[in-house]
Amino acid sequence: MSIMSYNGGGVVAMKGKECVAIASDLRFGIQLQTIGLDFDKIFQAGPKLYVGFPGLATDTQTVHQRLKFRTNLYELRENRKVSPKVYASMVGNLLYEHRFGPYFVEPVVAGLDANNQPYICAFDLIGCANAPDDFVVAGTCEEQMYGMCESLWKPDLGPEELFEVISQALVNACDRDAISGWGARVYVIEKDKVTVRNVRTRMD
Amino acid sequence: MECILGIRFNDFILLAADTIDSRSIVVMKHDVDKFFPLSKNLLMAVCGESGDTTQFSEYIAKNVHLYKMKNDYELSPRASANFTRRMLADSLRSRERYNVNLLMAGYDEVEKKAELYYMDYLASMMELPYCAHGYGSYFVLGCLDAYYKPGKLPSGVV
Repeated sequence: MSIMSYNGGGVVAMKGKECVAIASDLRFGIQLQTIGLDFDKIFQAGPKLYVGFPGLATDTQTVHQRLKFRTNLYELRENRKVSPKVYASMVGNLLYEHRFGPYFVEPVVAGLDANNQPYICAFDLIGCANAPDDFVVAGTCEEQMYGMCESLWKPDLGPEELFEVISQALVNACDRDAISGWGARVYVIEKDKVTVRNVRTRMD
Repeated sequence: MECILGIRFNDFILLAADTIDSRSIVVMKHDVDKFFPLSKNLLMAVCGESGDTTQFSEYIAKNVHLYKMKNDYELSPRASANFTRRMLADSLRSRERYNVNLLMAGYDEVEKKAELYYMDYLASMMELPYCAHGYGSYFVLGCLDAYYKPGKLPSGVV
């Protein structure tokens, strides 16, 4: 069995009009056995910056902790919060440092920059960045998510519509993947607030 | 594979482990103690590779004790579990990894709640209401999914 599908899971992020949304499923499983139902793969990296780490669960936790260390040092030295582009650069750098013994995660970064413009970026496990204008997906159900996102996403969605679109994309993609799902959590980041919602999915 | 299981209730945690040490079909020892107390309110149950279990658990137990000696207060269950995860994760990508699966149960005196941590040999950690390692998990988890309630146990039902 592939290392990237040992634990399973999926994360998707989408751009909207002055907002971004990032969502992940909540399953923690080991191969085909489900162990936990509250394993959120998304972590907060700044007031309007979130990052998701789908892939091997131990590396999800390790990479998050290593990045937290680096961003803490950055914020102490620079005396300001890290911006999404800089954070994405740090993620890519950390992953490529382990080019020949990589962390088995494919991070997804989503945030609003200083002008409240949306920014999303996805990486492969060795740090190749991809920052498009529409959406990014990662995880064991990424192919299903590509299909859902391509059909549902439109440019300039407002926060409420973006929430609906990203929820439907994630839920339906996870339903077609045996090792993703078991609940979902969606973060919608706007210029003045962040809304976190749990979304009901098929619990199988 | 050996089975250890844990169930968290509101004020306490039940941890159980089998007492067999075997190599495939041959049972080497019937009376193995798989529990390692880390402090007054912290207990770890370990299963996995024979030597690794003892070495790793003693290492963690002694470090938790050292913290208490240095700082005059104990590590909380959450801190101990995260420390254990860090040690296991560091060993994972080093010369030889510790092949241990463990459950850590603790009662946090400050937060006044019981916490049960599940950790597999790759150092993925989760705080769970109930969990099990080994082949026993296939039988037990389904049962607990159906009947688990976090309140007090009715007397005599374990």
